[in-house]
Amino acid sequence: MHPILKLVVQRVALGLLLLLAVSAVIFLGVEALPGDTAQAILGQSATPEALANLREKMGLNEPPLTRYFNWLGGVLTGDLGTSLTNGADIAQSIGQRLGNTLFLAGCAAVISVPLAIILGLIAARYAGRWPDKLISAVTLTTISLPEFVAAYFVIYLLTQLFPIFQPVAMVFPGMSFWAKLNAVALPVIVLVLVVLAHMMRMTRAAILNVMQSAYIETAELKGLSPMTVIWRHAFPNAIAPVVSVVMLNLAYLVVGVVVVEVVFSYNALGQYLVDHVTKRDLPVVQAVGLIFAAVYIVLNMLADIIGILANPRLRHPK
Amino acid sequence: MNDQLKQLASMTAKGLMSRREFNTRAAALGAGSVLSSSLLATAVRAQEPKKGGVLRAGMQGGESTNSLDPALAASEVPFAVSMTWGEMLVDVAPDNSIDYRIAEEISSNADATEWKFKIRQGVEFHDGKTVTAEDVVATLKRHTDEKSQSGALGIVQGISEMIAEGDMVTLKLASGNADLPYLMADYHLVIQPGGGFENPAAGIGAGAYKVAINEPGVRHVFERHPNYWDAANGAHADQVEIIVINDNTARTAALQAGQIHMMNRVDPKIVELLKSNSDITIEHAPGRGHYVFIMHVDKPPFDNNDLRMALKLAINRQEMLDKVLGGLGSVGNDFPINAAYPLFDASIPQREYDAAAAAEFYKKSGHDGSPIILRTAAGAFPGAIDAANLYAASANAAGIPLQIKLEPDDGYWSNVWNVEPFCASYWGGRPVQDQMYSTAYLSTADWNDTKFRNPHFDEVLIAARGELDETKRKAMYSELANILRDEGGLILPMFNDWVEARRVEVAGWTPDPNGELMNGKALIKCWIA
Repeated sequence: MHPILKLVVQRVALGLLLLLAVSAVIFLGVEALPGDTAQAILGQSATPEALANLREKMGLNEPPLTRYFNWLGGVLTGDLGTSLTNGADIAQSIGQRLGNTLFLAGCAAVISVPLAIILGLIAARYAGRWPDKLISAVTLTTISLPEFVAAYFVIYLLTQLFPIFQPVAMVFPGMSFWAKLNAVALPVIVLVLVVLAHMMRMTRAAILNVMQSAYIETAELKGLSPMTVIWRHAFPNAIAPVVSVVMLNLAYLVVGVVVVEVVFSYNALGQYLVDHVTKRDLPVVQAVGLIFAAVYIVLNMLADIIGILANPRLRHPK
Repeated sequence: MNDQLKQLASMTAKGLMSRREFNTRAAALGAGSVLSSSLLATAVRAQEPKKGGVLRAGMQGGESTNSLDPALAASEVPFAVSMTWGEMLVDVAPDNSIDYRIAEEISSNADATEWKFKIRQGVEFHDGKTVTAEDVVATLKRHTDEKSQSGALGIVQGISEMIAEGDMVTLKLASGNADLPYLMADYHLVIQPGGGFENPAAGIGAGAYKVAINEPGVRHVFERHPNYWDAANGAHADQVEIIVINDNTARTAALQAGQIHMMNRVDPKIVELLKSNSDITIEHAPGRGHYVFIMHVDKPPFDNNDLRMALKLAINRQEMLDKVLGGLGSVGNDFPINAAYPLFDASIPQREYDAAAAAEFYKKSGHDGSPIILRTAAGAFPGAIDAANLYAASANAAGIPLQIKLEPDDGYWSNVWNVEPFCASYWGGRPVQDQMYSTAYLSTADWNDTKFRNPHFDEVLIAARGELDETKRKAMYSELANILRDEGGLILPMFNDWVEARRVEVAGWTPDPNGELMNGKALIKCWIA
């Protein structure tokens, strides 16, 4: 087998194993929450009989191991069960909201990733001089703002002072692509501000690191322009660390944007998860938890694989 | 002058002022009769409902776990959603009278143990079926079923027999209750075809609007019910929407940007700011909702009435009302009833902050001086943390070692409320005194959150239920109030107003003490002028 293929297969297998372990951890974590769903649903009107009836109906009396394997079996066949609080089909609810999550994350990524890399390259080219300092100062300011502050600021600026966009960013099936873009404009701006600095600084640092190498000196002595040196010779060797930080930020854009979702009333997975945690709606919590874990694992796996492919020593095996 | 005149004209058009009074006051403002009569004509025209358009409300209080089953409605959005598609036997009107809906007439026997409801003919459900007496009985039956987990279980439990006969529903009670019609206005008791046994969350009712899109925690879209029986008095917009916007800032921004036409729960802190926006009108109605601190009277140290009295005297109600609610409310008097209730006794003296008396009672209680822990959370009620801190400061000034413990919002209602002996909480109020007392202060009440058990209190409360003589009844309620005020575990510093905001183009708004957004009817009764 080709060594790269072998490495990739190894990574994928490891990822799947990790996902299985995560599913067990999620299940255990949910089990450890104080109170159970029956109690949370009945709330203050819980009588011992009502509790017993509801637990029986929801299968909460089965041993945990049985419930875990029942659940896992369901997940593998695409059956995530129904929400305990309102009886909605979980797979269906998640499907739509996951689409919205990915749409928002996608829009933010399409803008932030190229922008961060270009700014990183420019900062590296002018390291220590004013363009570098300006870029660093601006991006560090935006990343230092808590998300809700950035969100309120953007709301004030772009819906009140200059009413260009709408503060409530819900998207619905049947909306045109442009209408959706218009709706998510504000949360996308906030997310770009939040993730830009991290990726930009990693790009800058990785390139400056490579710039110390002897072959960069050779390239400079050949008389190549600084931008060509960076773009042609330094950047390809800095790809691995840059990709891994990009993937980390992409994962964040999918799983970590609850605050932004709440402020803009964006109907995606984060808010859905929080609501159901509050109500101890365990099947939903487990399902969303697993999806978030899968996103992290897949993106990290991709970063590894891209890092391997970008490494000439692995690309050209002896 | 013009603004004042316009306001007078609009009040006259709404029927809040007579035409004669308007003319006198307009003249006093120096307006000629031609100007004032043309203004009045414009105002009257603006009061005529306009059909069409889309009316949107942005609301706090919705979650993605919500269901359309009215039995499970527990927060603001599900309540407003039920009111939009559903219809009950009766509603409570803003002036506290009974507004007959599916029931057209109500009568009772002499001791209020047997009630007859005449069902209005020709009222149609959204699926085309006609509302019958059988549907009404089936609906009530579903809520008596322990398994339905209905929020109205406590209300329908007292009904011993339900009979549907022709267009008449007869309810027999175990003991007399003069307020039964008010109980039937409970928002859980939406009349559903076949009682909603088959599919309680189908959203099929006899209300003004049909459910078109139901995305819990996101939005609820409704279309006009073409055969709505009361179309002359409502269902003006072609389509109405409830958009769930739980974040205060986003909800306010959406109103300012015109994305929504009205919103509930305006933060009292920004009322003044919003008033400066000419596109927005603040609406507030004094309600029956109240913010409270509850002590469990069966647990030490709160089982000592002297200590309870010390804590009641150590709270500065006026300061709390001014600082926490910005004055949008009224001070409480340690019993859960205010002037918004019929048969309220206004002669009971107002309890004031009295550090010296509080210190005296505290000394008399023989408390060992260890900290008294008050638990609170941001979600206990809006401003609960500020209120608790103000309370601690005024109590400490009286020498009472009151300390605040902050609890997380998540799990507050299951881990702290009803569990810990002293915590912050709130009540939405009930349409009549009996229901408020029976829900929370009767010894056997499901939600007796102060663990108050007083046989004499129970006796008077149950006797008052069946008493049809108003004077006697008023005296009985006054006695109940005094017992609770002097012995209960309830510290009630303030009643909160419903504070809401709408855009100026929304017409037809009438403040309603019974609930938020005109008791959930704003989308039905208002129109875009």
